[in-house]
Amino acid sequence: MKSSVITFPGSNCDRDMDVALKKFGFTNQMVWHNDNELPKCDLVVLPGGFSYGDYLRCGSMAAKSKIMQSVINFANSGGLVMGICNGFQILVETGLVPGVLLRNKYLEFICKNVFVKINNKNNPYFKNLDKEVFEFHIAHNEGNYFCTSDQLKEIEDNNQVAIYYCNDNGKTEESSNPNGSIKNIAGIFNKEKNVLGMMPHPERMIDQSLSGEDGSLFFKNLINNIK
Amino acid sequence: MKISAIITLKKDVLDPQGKVIHQALDGMGFKNVEEVRQGKYFEIDVKENDPNKAKEIVEEMCKKLLANLVIENYKIIGTQ
Repeated sequence: MKSSVITFPGSNCDRDMDVALKKFGFTNQMVWHNDNELPKCDLVVLPGGFSYGDYLRCGSMAAKSKIMQSVINFANSGGLVMGICNGFQILVETGLVPGVLLRNKYLEFICKNVFVKINNKNNPYFKNLDKEVFEFHIAHNEGNYFCTSDQLKEIEDNNQVAIYYCNDNGKTEESSNPNGSIKNIAGIFNKEKNVLGMMPHPERMIDQSLSGEDGSLFFKNLINNIK
Repeated sequence: MKISAIITLKKDVLDPQGKVIHQALDGMGFKNVEEVRQGKYFEIDVKENDPNKAKEIVEEMCKKLLANLVIENYKIIGTQ
């Protein structure tokens, strides 16, 4: 299985993602933002970081970079595109997934482990996972998911919420919402469920001695689903 | 021709920075503030002499890049 990780100026989780993808069997290629064409692959990842220094709005400049037209075409033809953290911010700026990510409610950069509950397993990312609640890491300043009430209705009607912030028992409540996101939303899909944007970093949870193994479960399952 | 545009958050979008500025102003003794909303201001020098055309170009920029219309409004506020 082949994957591509796009590196933008200011990306800083691109190599972590490369390590994670390779560890679980992907043949990964790093792709520069200024390239015109994506290499042939089964999965494209927009990594975390601070592309273009978060100028204007997080992800807004990266969303207009050269490679993104090719990524948008890939997504529109059904290809799997996953955006993590800044990658999620880039996805909302391209319009591939609905909504926006605002400044965290309490104006703090949040860097900690959180629990998330998978809402929809009927997609290539979470299908066959036999666990509901995952512990992932978040590190962001703008992760406060917001959308209009019309968009929210559409998102819920189409079952586009991917994951919710929750407590360790999987309960979605205000106290487990780290950043003020509407309805505790931590990640969403496009309508077709081939594009996934989420704030948490599964690539930071792939080593028992460093963090935890919940990211390992995610990546192992992902490659099996794509095969 | 220089075109000025401002981008503001839509009414129902939370503006935590505006809130903090409001609190700071309050602490400084400005007790008569109802609300503070923070926005962005752009001055764009366009290679165009017709003010209407220049405005149109900047409006296009606002729609495509400078504003995110899910949460923000834009307004062309001046030409010079």
